[in-house]
Amino acid sequence: MVIYHSTISMFNRILIFLFLIQSFVFAQDIPQKPNPPRFVNDLVGGLLSQGEINQLEQKLKVYFDSTSTQVAIVIVKSVQPYDISEYAIKLGREWGIGKKDKNNGVLFLWAPDDRKIFIATGYGAEGGLTDAYSKRIIETVVKPNFKQLRYYQGIDEATNSIIKYLSGEFDAEPTEEEDSGFVIFLVILFIIIGLIVFRNKGGGNRGGGLVPYTTYAGWGSSSGGWSSGAGSSGGGGFDFGGGSFGGGGAGGDY
Amino acid sequence: MNKSTLIIVGILLIFGMYGCSSYNGLVGKDQEVNGKWANVQTQYQRRSDLIPNLVNAVKGAADFEKSTLTAVIQARASATAVNIKADDLTPENIQKFQAAQDQLSGTLSRLLVSVEKYPDLKANQNFLELQSQLEGTENRIAVARNDFNTSVQGYNSSALAFPMVIFAKMFGFAQKGFFQASESAQAAPTVKF
Repeated sequence: MVIYHSTISMFNRILIFLFLIQSFVFAQDIPQKPNPPRFVNDLVGGLLSQGEINQLEQKLKVYFDSTSTQVAIVIVKSVQPYDISEYAIKLGREWGIGKKDKNNGVLFLWAPDDRKIFIATGYGAEGGLTDAYSKRIIETVVKPNFKQLRYYQGIDEATNSIIKYLSGEFDAEPTEEEDSGFVIFLVILFIIIGLIVFRNKGGGNRGGGLVPYTTYAGWGSSSGGWSSGAGSSGGGGFDFGGGSFGGGGAGGDY
Repeated sequence: MNKSTLIIVGILLIFGMYGCSSYNGLVGKDQEVNGKWANVQTQYQRRSDLIPNLVNAVKGAADFEKSTLTAVIQARASATAVNIKADDLTPENIQKFQAAQDQLSGTLSRLLVSVEKYPDLKANQNFLELQSQLEGTENRIAVARNDFNTSVQGYNSSALAFPMVIFAKMFGFAQKGFFQASESAQAAPTVKF
């Protein structure tokens, strides 16, 4: 009995220890994607006022709705021990900024403790917003403003420039997709209900229970994906689409 | 008699099915490695294409050291001469490829260091943008190499693990090479004044 208890507590201790290690490692690592996702993520706090954050968020949301391009602003305390470009790519990939099929994400990363900025472009955005343009935005727009502590102006003008360089590159996502998905979902639902009813009436006990159960499981998982998509669009929110980054972009310090 | 042949047939079937599925798994991983390799080559090609523009921009600056420039041009020529096909990614070949490209990286970074001595070149907008393009390309190379290594790791660990290694040998799936951190990157840079 005593041994039993001590193993339990030992097990618990190990669990707690592992948990601590994990949270410690995590603290050093890339911050997790915010839930619900936002375009403007001030993880330091106090550098932008709430009104300024809302204004930027609104602008980027409108831009996303009209072009499907996701421009995210992330402010982290420091990117140490990573190189800022490496950190930006990791974060962009982990959060999945940009649509998966277009890779049209742009990440504006700012690490105030390191006094560094980086604009990372997704694979698809590299063509419009070239490294040279990113560099130009940092040198001519961000740096002069940041040096005079005009952070909002710097970020606001930088996002305007990013939008300008990306103009005409991407189109809005057609919204019919979700409607057709809904119709298909309804059809499948009716078929499954029909199957279940038919099987039950047929009275095939074991086989009847088994077959609809497996189809049901498949349907359940796919409906999860569908409803989450509809929920976010209905709520006026959005989600990062799983876009990937390949190292494009430019950075600088101020 | 009849029973034992059935058992043998059954065992053969299971063996064959396992072989098929492991073969298919390896083919998928092999293709992934090939795709990542293509990306690595694209990014190195991109750097190679940038170099003539960079050399021309630097050449314009008065009395720029000729030896640095010729070193870059030569390293570029020898780096582009090393081409490795996707079906021949042995560790030795990767090492050869990397050695040639690292040679070019070294001469390029020396070029960028010596540019520091030319203030009018550093203020030149055209040169600055070329430099940012080169930096971006180096970042892309790093990402592509990293992705390639990850895919090779996945491939190797399944092709070399025990039951699978029999099928891998049978179907000719050889071990693939990694990119190593270059020696110049591991050594801290020395700054001379």
